[in-house]
Amino acid sequence: MIRAVASLLLAMLALPALAQDSMPPAPYAYNQLDDPRLEAEASALMQTLRCLKCQSQSIADSDAPMAGDMRHQVRSRILAGESPDAIRRWLVARYGDYVSYEPEVSSTTWPLFAIPVLVILIVAGVLLRRLGKRRNDAGEAA
Amino acid sequence: MSARLYLWVPLALFAFFAGLAAFMLTQEKNQFVESTMIGQPLPDFALDPAFTGLPGASKADFIGGQPRLLNIWASWCLPCIAEAPQLEALKAQGAEIIGIAIRDRPNDVARFLARHGNPYSRIGSDAISEVQLAIGSSGVPETFVIDAKGVIRYQHIGDIRPEHVPVLMAELEKAR
Amino acid sequence: MIAEIGLAALWLAAALAVLQMVSGAFALRANEGEVNPLAIYARPAAVVQAFLAVLAFAMLLWAFAITDLSLKLVATNSHSMKPLLYKLTGTWGNHEGSMLLWVGVLALSGGLLAAFEKRLPERTMGATLSVQGFVALGFYAFLLLSSNPFERLPVPAGEGSGLNPLLQDIGLAIHPPTLYAGYVGLSVAFSLAMGALLTREVNPAFARVMRPWVLGAWVLLTLGITAGSYWAYYELGWGGWWFWDPVENASLMPWLAATALMHSVSVLAARDALRTWTIMLGVLAFSMSMLGTFLVRSGVLTSVHAFAVDPERGAFILGLLGLYIGGAFAIFALRAGAVAEGKRFAVASREGALVFNNVMLSAILAIVLLGTLYPLLTEAFDVRVSVGPPYFNPASAIFAVPMLLVMAVGPLLRWKSDTPRRLQFELALIAALVIGVIGLVSVFGEFPLLPLLGLGLAAALAVAAFLPLRGRKLSRVPVATWGMVIAHFGVAVSLFGMACEGAFSQERLAAVAPGGTEQIGDFTVTLESVTPVAGPNWTAIEARLAISDKGGEPVILNPQARSFWSPPQSTSESALLTRWDGQLYAVIGNQAADGRWQIRVWWKPFVTFIWYGGLLIGLGGVLAIAGRVRVDVKRRQASAKGDQRRADLEALGQASPVPAE
Repeated sequence: MIRAVASLLLAMLALPALAQDSMPPAPYAYNQLDDPRLEAEASALMQTLRCLKCQSQSIADSDAPMAGDMRHQVRSRILAGESPDAIRRWLVARYGDYVSYEPEVSSTTWPLFAIPVLVILIVAGVLLRRLGKRRNDAGEAA
Repeated sequence: MSARLYLWVPLALFAFFAGLAAFMLTQEKNQFVESTMIGQPLPDFALDPAFTGLPGASKADFIGGQPRLLNIWASWCLPCIAEAPQLEALKAQGAEIIGIAIRDRPNDVARFLARHGNPYSRIGSDAISEVQLAIGSSGVPETFVIDAKGVIRYQHIGDIRPEHVPVLMAELEKAR
Repeated sequence: MIAEIGLAALWLAAALAVLQMVSGAFALRANEGEVNPLAIYARPAAVVQAFLAVLAFAMLLWAFAITDLSLKLVATNSHSMKPLLYKLTGTWGNHEGSMLLWVGVLALSGGLLAAFEKRLPERTMGATLSVQGFVALGFYAFLLLSSNPFERLPVPAGEGSGLNPLLQDIGLAIHPPTLYAGYVGLSVAFSLAMGALLTREVNPAFARVMRPWVLGAWVLLTLGITAGSYWAYYELGWGGWWFWDPVENASLMPWLAATALMHSVSVLAARDALRTWTIMLGVLAFSMSMLGTFLVRSGVLTSVHAFAVDPERGAFILGLLGLYIGGAFAIFALRAGAVAEGKRFAVASREGALVFNNVMLSAILAIVLLGTLYPLLTEAFDVRVSVGPPYFNPASAIFAVPMLLVMAVGPLLRWKSDTPRRLQFELALIAALVIGVIGLVSVFGEFPLLPLLGLGLAAALAVAAFLPLRGRKLSRVPVATWGMVIAHFGVAVSLFGMACEGAFSQERLAAVAPGGTEQIGDFTVTLESVTPVAGPNWTAIEARLAISDKGGEPVILNPQARSFWSPPQSTSESALLTRWDGQLYAVIGNQAADGRWQIRVWWKPFVTFIWYGGLLIGLGGVLAIAGRVRVDVKRRQASAKGDQRRADLEALGQASPVPAE
């Protein structure tokens, strides 16, 4: 039984093995920076960068080799003294806003910021209308 | 009546969403992440040879002479086998192709080229996808057109099918 | 034969849905107090339909249990060697089966409504059942015309092709059906809201009928989201419990709407205020459920949980969405103006606080909706953007923080009108707790703003949740009030867990040789060995990690990297060490060329509180239902007694007394 299972497994493994590389991950793909402060900076940044090969995951949450290589880029650049913002800009310059989960105000993303402001105004308006008027009524009644 | 106009707001918003969603359902979903480096110069890089048969690749190899193709590929990538004949065709039509092998081993590269042909003039080895990330490529295979000043002019994502060969030749001509 | 019975049951159920719809509509043509003779079929049609739809689902369940490979659905989603439990859960681990579960629950809740709800006026009931039948009909059509779960293969398959291994998990047994039941429960709230709107019977009696359905759906959504979050946390192998992924948001949005609806329906029941608002939320809550279904199944958005994606089905669901939601909003716009506004109240009152938080919840809903759909909008212009946690967290916090503050105070206020001066002590206590905790935590180090705020608010809310009990005799407090107290306390507990996870988590990634040791927090992690193991339909490498807390007796954890062979896919099985004050989360990765193994370990303080909080919120909801039902049963018994007495008096030939109510 076990032998049958093992041969079946080998047959199945042969296929996907071709489509995936066998290289060891980049040095900083799965290893942390020694300085905890720098590692915290890198990790916070990685949480907000999108893995380009995955469906919808940050590079900090993915086993895809390319996500590993991106983690290596982030950690080694942080180690070299670059700021997280500069690294984000570097990637956005290459892949567009898609690579960053943190939208910045730009010609394509301004509604993401304008609409919440509008929502705040509407909320304030609704509350004033609904509650403010009542206070006047109550005041008159009292 | 106008005082009740706001009651129509939910319907209007919903209609907007439904229209958008209906439109998007008819669109083919774009699975590719395009590079935003088109029109930008290549970043500086110098990669070691991917195997012993050909020299490595650096930015300097793209400067001067004719526009060239930069092919991002790997021996472990199945679509790269599919596009090998088209790369041969491009080479036969006079294109110079410089390869960058992603996360690859010399032996695997040599075996792949022996089996599927070698259209490359140089192949650099990018073991940690460094150059791939620097030019905004998000997968293998991808092919870039680089003009003689080292500026990225065009990106082709995915394997090159026979119908893409003339497109790439035209892009090379345009970059001249 | 099984499949044919199931299919026949579905067709019959669809026919009954037509009958229910038409017959229910006739109730609207009756005069006040009369019953249209054609309207009497709606209730029995709903009941029999429930039986048939459940029968169809049971047939599919049976086909999966015996792995009937002549069925296309079974052949593509199951495998004879799979454990029985996962064969059964595989029934709804695919598009067709989950839609059948959806209509099964839809018909069942329609049947329950028809069989047991006698308080509503017949006209409203007829309109409600008619809408319910209309909704059900659309989903029957969807199943029968484009997603037939009982389709036979021309030649039975030799073997099934398996099930996504990520879904072969007990989490799948709980999470989706709970969520669906919640979604579908909201369909009853939707039908009731439409029924009441059509007959203009928006009043406290209607609210009391709607409330248990909203509460029930809300409890199921709460538990479904909690289970889903925990499932993603331990199954995806990176320790994340919420990523604002489109599919996660798709389940959160109905919950937000249902939470608002549940509170506003209570105001309507108790005070006869917020009539239009309640109807609006009833429509909105079900819209969000259907929108979620559309987003998850049409594939218009990219998600890590993307499920059974197919644009054609997407078009069908979008059509249904347009029909129901577009129709509902249109009727709302036409009719809502005719519904009187209801009773008034002062700003400093229980209603005032509830309105405030209702508006805040709606604003959060608007933000989540915007962030989720925005990438869709830009893609129409061929621009791709990503919206993730760095956007959602602060943008929703703008509204969540004031909401949580008002939530602490609201239950202490009196209905109709109150003076803040009466609550001086409580207000001071809440303010002191927020400021005190934030100040205290800041002394120990620098933490991000949101978790810090979360800690302060959680502390204040945890105490404030119990303040409504102050000065009351605990044995006399109504069960429903206990429900509110526990649910609000659950929010505090959950918030505390989220804040702690955000502020104090520790991560250790390392390449370790067997025998090697790593340190994380107070724990020493030793990799003792790595061995291959085999399960029924997978093989794995399993690490043996000895975890020792401050040098104490070691505990063994066994994280695995599994390879399934049908379909071929690998997963990380994380291993968890649960302590009262947090969880240690361990994952084994690949082996490096030098023979060392990649391990990932996290210490997440109080992370479990996130889900304990979710369970408490659900428990609070259950208590609220129990309390309401008890009061309701008592009232019914009392009125039955009253009727009895009246009948007796009449029998004695006396004039009947004026009804007390």
